[in-house]
Amino acid sequence: MNPPSRIALIRERLSHALAPLKLEISDESHKHLGHAGARGGGGHFSVLVVAPEFAGKTLLERHRLIYEALGDAMQREIHALSIKALTPAEHQPEEGH
Amino acid sequence: MDVMERIRQQVESNPVLIYMKGTPQFPQCGFSSRAAQALQACNVDFAYVNVLADPEVFENLPRFANWPTFPQIYIDGELIGGCDITLELFQKGDLQKMTEKAAAKAGTDAPQ
Repeated sequence: MNPPSRIALIRERLSHALAPLKLEISDESHKHLGHAGARGGGGHFSVLVVAPEFAGKTLLERHRLIYEALGDAMQREIHALSIKALTPAEHQPEEGH
Repeated sequence: MDVMERIRQQVESNPVLIYMKGTPQFPQCGFSSRAAQALQACNVDFAYVNVLADPEVFENLPRFANWPTFPQIYIDGELIGGCDITLELFQKGDLQKMTEKAAAKAGTDAPQ
């Protein structure tokens, strides 16, 4: 699967499962080309997910929700995923990160 | 020994433990490297397992913890998360407290 389709797949699964108010996905595979830990050829991605569903949940629980939503894509299409999972109240759009 | 039992023993016998790609001295992945650096900055002893050198653990750890990626960091027998969560806890000052508490608790526990 090529990188644009992978991003589309991530977007579709996270949108469906979490109904995020904000969802940013970036492909960071180019930063990690050829490093020794990268096996299997999946991509490196970074996601920012802002969803009301995260309220009252620990970071571990939030990340689990994201992994569960991605399902088998975590094994096949995604080698590494950097996650920022925020509630709408925690999300400060004017701040960089 | 069954690999799940082996993982359980590793997790339970080390107050602070990281499963990572490579070693803290020679990490083989940026995520593992950053998480190990955060633990080193906490100034408590921690154990590590190089999953690249242990294919059985590499294959089965995601199933053990219902967590699909590496690194995985365990404190006091509990999965706390991967690289992002570890760094976020470190930046908030929580990781230092959690690791100190786990190390102190392990130090006072009577040997089994």
